[in-house]
Amino acid sequence: MAIVFKKTSVLTDTIMHYCPGCGHGIVHRLVAEALEELNLQDKAVGVAPVGCAVFAYRYFNVDMQEAAHGRAPAVATGIKRVLGPESCVFTYQGDGDLASIGAAEIVHAAHRGEKITVIFINNAIYGMTGGQMAPTTLVGQRTTTSPYGRDMEHCGSPIRMSEMLATIDGSAFIERVALNSTANIQRAKKAIRKAFETQMAGKGFSMVEVLSTCPTNWGKSAVESMDWLESSMIPYYPLGVKKEV
Amino acid sequence: MAMVTINEERCKGCGLCVRICPKKIMQLSETKLNSKGYHPAEVTDMEACMACAACARTCPDVVIQVEK
Ligand SMILES: Cc1ncc(C[n+]2csc(CCOP(=O)(O)OP(=O)(O)O)c2C)c(N)n1
Ligand code: SF4
Ligand code: SF4
Ligand code: SF4
Repeated sequence: MAIVFKKTSVLTDTIMHYCPGCGHGIVHRLVAEALEELNLQDKAVGVAPVGCAVFAYRYFNVDMQEAAHGRAPAVATGIKRVLGPESCVFTYQGDGDLASIGAAEIVHAAHRGEKITVIFINNAIYGMTGGQMAPTTLVGQRTTTSPYGRDMEHCGSPIRMSEMLATIDGSAFIERVALNSTANIQRAKKAIRKAFETQMAGKGFSMVEVLSTCPTNWGKSAVESMDWLESSMIPYYPLGVKKEV
Repeated sequence: MAMVTINEERCKGCGLCVRICPKKIMQLSETKLNSKGYHPAEVTDMEACMACAACARTCPDVVIQVEK
């Protein structure tokens, strides 16, 4: 019999601590497979965030560094500049990490055209800390800090980071993808590959925003969460390439 | 002939593979529990499986292997 699908060796055998059905595990696999397919395992350095993916360094079989909350792009900048163009440096960040406390770091990393790749997990909530509202939380979405649903008058509308960063000259490749179907999961992998290729070609800053789930803090089953991502998140956060130079 | 192997001990019973299987031949076991207390996924009709690996690609814990 021939193998059709097998776990990549760029993921370690450590059991991931994520809740059942959490999208983080799917994205970890896609990043690991993209590195494997592009033969970048030995050149890769990942920067883990603060957030549920704080232990990402245990799961990737590549060199990893942990960063302070929101500061992964700054840490990645330093690593990339020291190791040079042969290295493949990526950050893995949640929406609290990237769009809230780390908003300045991500904007300026893109602005400087840092040749790093950012894997941005948008699950519309702060997962690790128990489900507080994020800048990406949808209008009307209930969280522990918006118990009656996000109020636009009071909190503004959800921030579209991909569109915003695409306006910056230093960004070279930005795409938004989702995990709700097999086709979209395959597209997500292609986008992640493209982002790594953009970095290795020295073209500039690259980011893939992945619409993901947080079943635990959304108060939904894993299956309901994927359906909610499809019906509620995708209409507000349109998928597709936002920037390609 | 297709063969889907699920590492039951590491399955978290999330049901995403059940949701995505185009042949609707996956279910969470009604009789088995793993040591973490999850009902692991199982294939009900291996004959009908087309080895598309959709289940494996949606599994967040990467516990499914597919052969053909
Ligand atoms: C300086 C600092 N401020 C606040 C926190 C608390 N904190 C930990 S994780 C987190 C947000 C996590 O949300 P997100 O980045 O969306 O990742 P997720 O857990 O959803 O994957 C916050 C606010 C912290 N650890 N450090
Ligand atoms: S709290 Fe949410 S984001 Fe964090 S591991 Fe659980 S489901 Fe995933
Ligand atoms: S390989 Fe495809 S058909 Fe077979 S069980 Fe998995 S999802 Fe269903
Ligand atoms: S997707 Fe994976 S973890 Fe979830 S039920 Fe299926 S085999 Fe188990």
